[in-house]
Amino acid sequence: MTPGDPVNDTRELISFCIDEQEFCLDIMAVREIRGWTPATPLPHSPPYVRGVINLRGAVLPILDLKARLGLGHVEPSARSVIIVVHIGSRLVGLLVDAVSEILAAEGSAVQPTPNVGCETVNRFVRGIIANEGRMISWIALDDILPEQAAEAA
Amino acid sequence: MDPMDAIKQTYFQECDELLASLEEGLLSLEAGEADSDTINAVFRAVHSVKGGAGAFGFQAMVGFAHVFETTLDAMRSGKLDPDPEVVKLMLRAADVLADHVAAAKGEGTVDEARGHAMADELAALVAPEGGAPRTSATPASPAHDEDGGDEWGFKPLKFGDDEPAAASAGWRLVMRPTKAMYAKGHDALLFLRELSRLGPTATTLDTSWLPNLEGLDPEESYCTWTVELPAETPEVAIRDIFDFVGDDCPIELTLSGANVVEPPAATPAAPIDIDALLNSVRTPTAEREALEGGAEKPAAAATPAADKGASKNVPAPAGAGATIRVDLERVDRMIDLVGELVINQAMLQQRVMESGAARSSTIAMGLDELEQLTREIQDSVMAIRAQPVKSVFQRMPRLVREAAGATGKQVRLVMEGEGTEVDKTVIERLSDPITHMLRNAIDHGLESTEERVASGKQEEGTVRLAALHRSGRIVIEVSDDGKGINRPKVREIAVKKGLIAPDASLTDEEIDNLIFLPGFSTATTISNLSGRGVGMDVVKRSIQALGGRITISSIPGKGSTFTLSLPLTLAVLDGMVVSVGEQTLVAPLTTIIETLRPKPEEVRRLGPRGAVLAVRGSHVPLIDIGVALGQRSEPIDPTQGVVLLVESEVGGRAALVADEIQGQRQVVIKSLEANFQRVEGVAAATILGDGRVALILDVDAVVEKMFSDRRDAAPLAKAS
Repeated sequence: MTPGDPVNDTRELISFCIDEQEFCLDIMAVREIRGWTPATPLPHSPPYVRGVINLRGAVLPILDLKARLGLGHVEPSARSVIIVVHIGSRLVGLLVDAVSEILAAEGSAVQPTPNVGCETVNRFVRGIIANEGRMISWIALDDILPEQAAEAA
Repeated sequence: MDPMDAIKQTYFQECDELLASLEEGLLSLEAGEADSDTINAVFRAVHSVKGGAGAFGFQAMVGFAHVFETTLDAMRSGKLDPDPEVVKLMLRAADVLADHVAAAKGEGTVDEARGHAMADELAALVAPEGGAPRTSATPASPAHDEDGGDEWGFKPLKFGDDEPAAASAGWRLVMRPTKAMYAKGHDALLFLRELSRLGPTATTLDTSWLPNLEGLDPEESYCTWTVELPAETPEVAIRDIFDFVGDDCPIELTLSGANVVEPPAATPAAPIDIDALLNSVRTPTAEREALEGGAEKPAAAATPAADKGASKNVPAPAGAGATIRVDLERVDRMIDLVGELVINQAMLQQRVMESGAARSSTIAMGLDELEQLTREIQDSVMAIRAQPVKSVFQRMPRLVREAAGATGKQVRLVMEGEGTEVDKTVIERLSDPITHMLRNAIDHGLESTEERVASGKQEEGTVRLAALHRSGRIVIEVSDDGKGINRPKVREIAVKKGLIAPDASLTDEEIDNLIFLPGFSTATTISNLSGRGVGMDVVKRSIQALGGRITISSIPGKGSTFTLSLPLTLAVLDGMVVSVGEQTLVAPLTTIIETLRPKPEEVRRLGPRGAVLAVRGSHVPLIDIGVALGQRSEPIDPTQGVVLLVESEVGGRAALVADEIQGQRQVVIKSLEANFQRVEGVAAATILGDGRVALILDVDAVVEKMFSDRRDAAPLAKAS
């Protein structure tokens, strides 16, 4: 957990499914959710970078979150959505199959990520939230961009 | 921001301009172009800086500026010759003044010892020359002379020509501040205060122009003041106070025996009957006119105001017609909007074409006109931001003086092409790299005086800084006539730092380029200029981030030249839109020499993978864009596609193969770095008429990569 995170307040999270796993993002990081439009691929980029799209005049990189988490690839369809999030000063689009719901979680409901010996999990999962018998992984966005970009941010 | 801060900001902006014109003036004096206009301009610059400093209470700056001003005044009146020694000293004094301004901004400190020494030197210039520099009981020029005198340990100097002719008469000054003066943040009160410092004054406020409330424009200036001053007051001192408002506050200064202030005891300004004033403004116009009747004006106003009545409400003509100061954000916003307009216009055009409208239809013709207009608007807007590189160049002489001083070398700076215009976004980012390269040239490029003499060169080293336009880009060259790059040494350092293998075989050019490798030098940020030989890799990176290139050429014993090439603007680009595979790409038009469809006999294979294109007798390497960008593994048959013959800064000519040319258009450059990162082979992105993002090809990077891949020169490829 990042230092200075108040543990006790309630936060709103936006959740979505990738395969059978549930993930969520802090809603404060989300700027908008929009439908899928074909992206212009970028050369020499990691496979999880789908390319860039035009977001009202800005060039928005699209990351396939499923691929970033090492769970395969999203096959974009009309139902796929792009979650536009702030990462530092950047705006980044995350491609997911669908958004499921908005839920509120107490700070105390966030449990530390269990160590499953997986580097991807350690890097991208900030904590897990138990909610009505479900387990939702809270995604840390800080490292989500390819390394070079994160460094320069 | 509170109003005072805003005014202060304006003052600092003005200071920067004044300091620049001060230095410019001094430099032309140094070059022997000493006409009275130049000297006057220099004098006025220092004087205006001082005036503002007084108003804001920067005492140390006022003190120093005053000494400087006094010396310049001696030069202005011909008592001091602007010989090279004197001008050199003044240049250094200008640096100290700049330090004072910086300190006042809170961006640095003033080396007090240096300041004092400089003030003493300046004062010494005038003392013997002035003929009869007498200590005067009356302060010389406007503000704070007493402070100045004490602080700097000498008495203000005063010259005979400041003395008015008449002895017993008094000055009568009528000041009529205009709306424009207040709009620029000046305050009549400050002038009245300054005037009262000159001696006992009698001030009368003339409110006769004040309309009643309903007719009152809150921003208009209605008050005029009449100030009577003792006759001994130097005319220059009085005029000086108003020097920096110019026409914004017209003054009328008359010397008359009839209005002697007698006795010269400070007559406080007659108390103003506020109630009466308020009553008069509350009275409706008609009533008031009736009241005034035939008298027209109150008696007090009759003399000074009546004759000038006609011009009262006319805004000061001022020099304001020439330029305006606009918040850069507004210009940027406008440029963004025009960018969107261009994209939208292109989209509209595409839609109309798709809808099947004939080219000759009125709608299509209307769109053509719209396109032309859009382009003109864009050009005009961009022109607002275009500036000569002078603003960057003129900071360099100081830098060179200081670097020369620090290294003990004799350096002559030659600057060329200061008038070369380039977009402001580019200008701002030129300063650091140029600073860096100049320091490097002086520190590492030039030899010490002894070495130069020993090798039969002139004692004084020459560093040349030049700007020019070349094929739609701006090129900055920094060259020195020093010893050139010490290749064995560079190689040794690179091996020691593990950047290259000890047995690597490198060409001279490759060795030269080693200095751009990260880790070749230790500093990490471009702002870290204090050290020596700081990160050229940082320079290179910052240039590349702008879509620029940096190259070196060096001849041992003769010197080195660093060449920077940058786009003229970071906002738009003329591009050739091409299809490569399923993608649409834009190639910058500036890099393209010609486009052609190669005939089979012009394409020749060379080696296992390479191919060249014969173009009018020369053979140019063929590069498939799709392969270079990793879209396909096998190149297409060049005869089935089109070839863009390009000139790159690194690898000379190359023939880029694309599938098809879609057309030529101006595109708005959108940064990839803003939300993502730099992508190899891609300079930036843009948005096309269909609303999709297209990538702008970085031709140089594509060519460079292809060449280095083929040569397997791994370390250099990674370095860039």
